[in-house]
Amino acid sequence: MFPSRIWRESKHRYRLEAGKCTKCGKVVFPYRLICPVCGHREFEKVILPETGKLLTYSIIRVAPSQFTDQAPYAIGIAELENGVRLLAQVADCEVDDIKVGMDVRIEFRRVQTDSHHGVLSYGYKFVPKWY
Amino acid sequence: MVGIVGYGAHLPRHRIKVEEIAKTWGADAPSYKKGLMLKEKSVPPPDTDTITLSVEATKNALRRAGKLDPADIGAVYIGSESHPYAVKPSGTVVAEAIGAVPDIHCADYEFACKAGSEAMFVCLGLVKSGYIKYGLAIGADTSQGAPSDALEYSAAAGAAAFIMGGENVIAEALHTYSYMTDTPDFWRREYEFYPQHGGRFTGEPAYFKHTLGAARGIMERAGATAKDITYAVFHQPNGKFPLRAGKTLGFSKEQIEPGLLSPTLGNTYSGASPIGLTSILDVAKPGDTIMMVSYGSGAGSDAFIWKVTERINEVRDSAVRTRKLLDENLTYIDYGTYAKFRHKIRKNE
Amino acid sequence: MRDVAVVGVGMTKFGEVWEKSLRDLFVEAALAAIDDAGVDHVDYMTVGCMTSGLFVGQEHLASLMADYLGQKHLGACRVESACASGGLAFRTAFTEIASGMSDIVLAGGVEKMTDISGDGATYALAAAADQEYEVFHGATFPGLYALMAVAHMEKYGTTREMLSAVSVKNHNNGSMNPYAQYPFKVTREQVESSVMVASPLRILDCSPITDGGAAVILTTVDIAKKLGKPFIRVIGSGVATDAIALHSRDDLTTLKATKVAAEKAFKMAGKTIKDVDFAEVHDCFTIAEIVVSESLGLFEPGKAGEAVLKGETGLDGSFPINTSGGLKSKGHPVGATGVAQIIELVKQLRGEAENGRQLKTDPRIGMTQNMGGSGGSTLVHILEVG
Repeated sequence: MFPSRIWRESKHRYRLEAGKCTKCGKVVFPYRLICPVCGHREFEKVILPETGKLLTYSIIRVAPSQFTDQAPYAIGIAELENGVRLLAQVADCEVDDIKVGMDVRIEFRRVQTDSHHGVLSYGYKFVPKWY
Repeated sequence: MVGIVGYGAHLPRHRIKVEEIAKTWGADAPSYKKGLMLKEKSVPPPDTDTITLSVEATKNALRRAGKLDPADIGAVYIGSESHPYAVKPSGTVVAEAIGAVPDIHCADYEFACKAGSEAMFVCLGLVKSGYIKYGLAIGADTSQGAPSDALEYSAAAGAAAFIMGGENVIAEALHTYSYMTDTPDFWRREYEFYPQHGGRFTGEPAYFKHTLGAARGIMERAGATAKDITYAVFHQPNGKFPLRAGKTLGFSKEQIEPGLLSPTLGNTYSGASPIGLTSILDVAKPGDTIMMVSYGSGAGSDAFIWKVTERINEVRDSAVRTRKLLDENLTYIDYGTYAKFRHKIRKNE
Repeated sequence: MRDVAVVGVGMTKFGEVWEKSLRDLFVEAALAAIDDAGVDHVDYMTVGCMTSGLFVGQEHLASLMADYLGQKHLGACRVESACASGGLAFRTAFTEIASGMSDIVLAGGVEKMTDISGDGATYALAAAADQEYEVFHGATFPGLYALMAVAHMEKYGTTREMLSAVSVKNHNNGSMNPYAQYPFKVTREQVESSVMVASPLRILDCSPITDGGAAVILTTVDIAKKLGKPFIRVIGSGVATDAIALHSRDDLTTLKATKVAAEKAFKMAGKTIKDVDFAEVHDCFTIAEIVVSESLGLFEPGKAGEAVLKGETGLDGSFPINTSGGLKSKGHPVGATGVAQIIELVKQLRGEAENGRQLKTDPRIGMTQNMGGSGGSTLVHILEVG
């Protein structure tokens, strides 16, 4: 993967930077130029909360090549405490233990690896909130 | 007063038992367990590396540092022998992940297992000199031992992060001392995957000479004997070496054990004595003193004496305790999974 | 707006067609449609294709296909809306005629998916999802539909057996389709013991990787009448989009773009779902057919699975779905699928469906639903016997 593509998203993926519409309060992740709810065009920077609940999940067994090292792995959509929804892998979880409604926390992980020589892609994953 | 204003650790949840490794190579597991006092070690899954461990340890350190603004952190130093890139800094990722960019100095350190304490030493110095308000020092590794080598039973993964500063100090740095010689007991050449070592040469002339030298040096400067120090934590390549070093210096088992994690964690290299220190801070009381002595092959030791302040009681439980990460929520893997996780299997790429 | 009719259809056999290239597949289907219509020329052509660039490295398809069709200077365009590219090609042709811009238009779709490894195909198809916020994290297409399946199961109690029933039904229908990639029946047991792809979806819940082309000829109803052949009217066309990232949608168990596209098409046709006799819908995965048929308003939310189990959507059911075998059995050359759905409607409405899968109810109105990605785009078309 070309490095600029990863670099451009890093504020979202590394530290969960999101935009909050200064008019209606809608939080968009990642940033947008126009609010999908009210059409306003100004946002303030907010950081997403790190905990939420899992809404749905799947265990991926047939994986794209950059993910074969990690397969089988779970992906899921979680709703964070402020209502924002994200899709990410659910790591650190036995695939039989994962459940809808499970409390999850966001951790910083290596998300994908572009061969032995490519740039490394870091970002967020969900993990079960065990403490 | 200059010292630690926030501390935190992070460990992967995966473990492999000494028996599982020994079974694969037809080795004698009981002799490793008894001789080296190792039961199991942590293993990083494929999505975990020195950078990710560093970020999570740092987040825990920030939780204990109260309302500290990451933008006030003036330096981030990661000590590791397993930086994911040969060329490209690890520290910039951590700085970016906590929002400490761009007004920050950043460097990756390497000195075998001593790189983490180097980072701590330099951060303390920069804070003390007034160059920076806060400094972030990390010791982290996802170390590799060659298959069937004695090191394979211990090479483990983990990280500890310390924020050094002059306000709201949790543990004041009373003394520092370092002890170095050129001693080639362990090394890894460029482009090599696994390290090499000098076998028993890594013991007396290497680990013990430098660890004891640094400990004696700092104790002499402090005018302290083992009885004057509450806890001691040494670099812990296995369970046996730090206990022996402590005993030689006159420390009791009770003074060593809170920071002795290697029997069930393995050797986290640059993370080893720093993670041990986090574990001691988790249980220390105000007024306690802690001696930390690292060891890095090549070879040298950095020593610190810390004095715990009242603030420890306020911040201790703002983040997860290290023993909890060591003892709970574990998952045990077999050698095949371990070999896959650690990229020991040749595949079509 | 001028009234539009379909006067000719043609498609290749779907499958792993090793000996035929992207252009071979398109031209073979296009020539068959031209011959079927009995027209001596076309004025314009639309080519639906999702990602020939990733599959075979070829873009600029409209000109390439026009040249190989022997129509070098023909006006033509390629349209793309992921797996709904074929449906969008049909809609683009429809508006070209309805607007008066052209009189006879060829709407074609094609995909050549087997000149690449399985990993490569997974990667190419994933381009229809949000690269930075879905694919980046390891989401695959089966994975995204699996997320819908789990959410649907959780909310409505939809069962494994219901998913299997979709596959069994569609393979039964497809077993009678000579153009189908997998024209054989499967049992529930076979579905439920097939290889897991993305839990709970198994390989027999998934549409296959397919090579294929499909084409239809559209013209005005007036010209269709002069051609003196049976023609099928296009009475409704609706298109709608949605967030392509599944997590950006409010409801994981409804396909809003499908609902809106259907409302638009029904409004244009002046009909409701009750007026429709049968449908071809986008069963890229078994769960998709269930969610789509609910989003179209055929069944109450959460009731489609049970309806499939009861046979209501079978060939002899009250509302047959995917008489062609659907994407599941017929195959899913992504860019061709939307056009191939129209072809099945035309065959059924002409009474020409092969091998005993012709509906015995003398159907008058049928509809197609063709969607891109995990539902980020949808085309709905309603066709009526002329």
